[in-house]
Amino acid sequence: MMVTLDDLKTPKTNTWCPGCGNFGILMAFKKALIELGLERENAVLVSGIGCHGKMVNYVNINGFHGIHGRVLPAAQGIKLANPDLTVVGFAGDADQYNEGWGHFVHAIRNNIDMTLIVHDNMVLGLTTGQATSTSQQGFKSKSTPFGVIPPMLNPIAHALVSNGSFVARGFSGDMFHLKNLMVEAIKHRGFAYIDVFQPCVSFNYLNTYDWFSQRVYKLEEEGHDVTDRKKALEKALEWGDRIPIGIFYNKERPTYHDNLPHVKDAPLTKVLTKNVDITSALKEMM
Amino acid sequence: MIVNKISLLVGGEAGAGITRSGFLFAKTCLRGGLYVFGANDYQSLIRGGHNFYTVRAEAEMVYSQADTIDLLIALNKETILLHKDELVSGAGIIYDGDQIKVTKEELARGDISFYPVPLAKIVKELEGPQIMENTVALGAAIALLDYDLELLDSVLRDTFGSETAELNIEAAKRGHSYTQEQHKGSFGYRLKKTASAGKKRIFLTGNEAIGLGALNAGCKLYAAYPMTPATSILHFLAPLDREYKMVVIQTESEIAAVNMVVGASYAGARAMTATSGGGFCLMTEGLGMAGMTETSPVIVLVQRPGPSTGLPTYSAQGDLRFAIHASQGEFPRVVIAPGNVEECFCMTIEAFNLAEKFQIPALIVSDKYLAESNGTSEPFDQNRIGIDRGNLITEYTGTEEYRRHKFTENGVSPRALPGTKGAIVRTNADEHNELGYTTEDPTLATRMADKRFMKLDALNKELENIETVKFYGPEDADATILAWGSTKGPIRDAMKFLGKEGIKVNYLQIVYLCPFPAAKVQKLLQSAKKTIIVENNQTSQLSSLIREHLLTTVDHQILKYDGRPFNPEALAQSIKGVL
Repeated sequence: MMVTLDDLKTPKTNTWCPGCGNFGILMAFKKALIELGLERENAVLVSGIGCHGKMVNYVNINGFHGIHGRVLPAAQGIKLANPDLTVVGFAGDADQYNEGWGHFVHAIRNNIDMTLIVHDNMVLGLTTGQATSTSQQGFKSKSTPFGVIPPMLNPIAHALVSNGSFVARGFSGDMFHLKNLMVEAIKHRGFAYIDVFQPCVSFNYLNTYDWFSQRVYKLEEEGHDVTDRKKALEKALEWGDRIPIGIFYNKERPTYHDNLPHVKDAPLTKVLTKNVDITSALKEMM
Repeated sequence: MIVNKISLLVGGEAGAGITRSGFLFAKTCLRGGLYVFGANDYQSLIRGGHNFYTVRAEAEMVYSQADTIDLLIALNKETILLHKDELVSGAGIIYDGDQIKVTKEELARGDISFYPVPLAKIVKELEGPQIMENTVALGAAIALLDYDLELLDSVLRDTFGSETAELNIEAAKRGHSYTQEQHKGSFGYRLKKTASAGKKRIFLTGNEAIGLGALNAGCKLYAAYPMTPATSILHFLAPLDREYKMVVIQTESEIAAVNMVVGASYAGARAMTATSGGGFCLMTEGLGMAGMTETSPVIVLVQRPGPSTGLPTYSAQGDLRFAIHASQGEFPRVVIAPGNVEECFCMTIEAFNLAEKFQIPALIVSDKYLAESNGTSEPFDQNRIGIDRGNLITEYTGTEEYRRHKFTENGVSPRALPGTKGAIVRTNADEHNELGYTTEDPTLATRMADKRFMKLDALNKELENIETVKFYGPEDADATILAWGSTKGPIRDAMKFLGKEGIKVNYLQIVYLCPFPAAKVQKLLQSAKKTIIVENNQTSQLSSLIREHLLTTVDHQILKYDGRPFNPEALAQSIKGVL
């Protein structure tokens, strides 16, 4: 049965600020689900803490709203337990790149077949406006009234050098393009990661819709080779008047499960009713 | 002549195969029908320092190590000097006389027998690696004890690959022959095969028993970050993942491990992690998330002395209160403290069952002493406890939307797994409504908090039929010992010593610390003439629990917090001291 926008609606009233960049991500995700024809029961949305975390309230599929920074370990645990599920993690920039940074590179290395979408508004929104690691140098916020001191983090470059098999960037102001990225990411066999520029209309006065719109250009329109990691890295380092969006890199490599042939046909969630025979392990103790 | 009662210590530098050789000797005793207890003592280093392994083997059940040493295998001189005062009168020392010079004067006692054996020379003749010196020493020990060399050979064969095994068997044989020729009949201790030789008893550590329990209970995901003394669970399970069709994963941190286990639990797999205090600190937020999302991770906390890094390779019971209260907010949990290897096995299965039945996190609290000491047990009954996955629905046929956090009579909501036809399974670390959507409504928040705690009543009811406390010794006794966890071994041995002196004490082991089995403890304490707490911590956390739940104080506390377990005879003396 094909899923419709109506099926994906929830009774929860949306509490994001009017004009929030999250709306574009939400709609792109719903449209991607519809296009992929996924059954609601077989898809799991995992979110962390922050404005993005409310995604779980706004999409009527399985949901796990975890704690700050820990989207990836929870999502990987879900996928390891049941590889038949389509698992999509949503995190914020502070959630993933500050609190959860350690999990980011390791999840990319693991290459478990799932998707991570980071709502990157370059500011902490739900805590009312502090800097994050993707805030631009000099960005003034409540926690950095004299401007952010260190340079901003480059998560795309980090993902590429961590051996990411699918690395992309989208812009919530271009919902159709973002939807296409999500479709590709979810279809990708392995860990797919999309950083999404998402203007925060309340607390980021610098990186606005206009700011992004004037700068972003699409990699696919300039003939970028997505199988060339070196080139991708060059593109990842572009920042300034022109900022690339689209797929930086997309090349499958063996997934974590490819190395676990013993659980391929036996999901860990299979309900057991009898004790597992441990006679051979006991014999080792004699 | 003392027959079938021996306490042996192997000591030397780290990297010299100390634990391995102690273990080989222990297994040799086991296969001859003796009951064996093996304990290791090592430092946080890879080479050098001083490590030792003690083996106590007797014809009757032994619950802990001995206070004293009958036979010492010293792979360096330091071992002799460090342990000389623990030697009994008439004890023997096996050492390499070519490399170690030692005199009676140096020991300041003349009641010890020296048994020099050219360990290095024999290994050289065989062109074996230096580490094999301890095998030569084992052969020598078998000769002194007039024991069966073939038992050692069989253990060597099962432990090493065929080529290495044959070389080691030859090394043991040469050590044995040399000792027979040079020192025959001079040692006052003998080991003989008993009637139960060939009985298939098992000899294993607490950590291995927990690993076995997890396998038997159908644990399908084990995620952990290495931390002494919990690491050996990871080492035990990792090579078995293919055979048991499970995933064993070393995560980037303890935070990742606990979140992964909670995620897997939400998805429907039985999942476990283990760590020690420092790692458990990192896990506390994830533990609370399990409480809120009503998921069922099993977390093993293997204690070592703190605060902070403390004594990383030693033992303590300082984290009891921490386990009971860890994480912000209030939510029901179960905290179980096994006291020996068999309990490690059984209670791991129970932990999985209770966690899933009541949709709560379950904690197993152990410590280095229990986790890494080897105890003897009859082979575990694999079907005694069974598997109970609680109110798990594999098909949803309801007409209304499935509610993961549905209000029910006992607070436990029917549990569907993501992927179940017709059910959308949503949960939330934020306070939520029955459907799992975030809520900030005060009435709903109260109701949801109440729902979670209703499960505690149901759990308490269930625990009435579980052995949450155990009682040992005569009903009518001069004093009652109260304790939890690994002190069980030394206490039971101490009771034997006291019994021989005609002193009657009994022992109440509190197995479930949370929820606290107040009614059962109260009932058993009614007839206690005097109460004594025995605990490996500084502030007697069990005393405070008893005060909290029973409004009573205990009469005496025997506390030890130097990282080392109680020795049974010394403990018996301490108990006598407060009677």
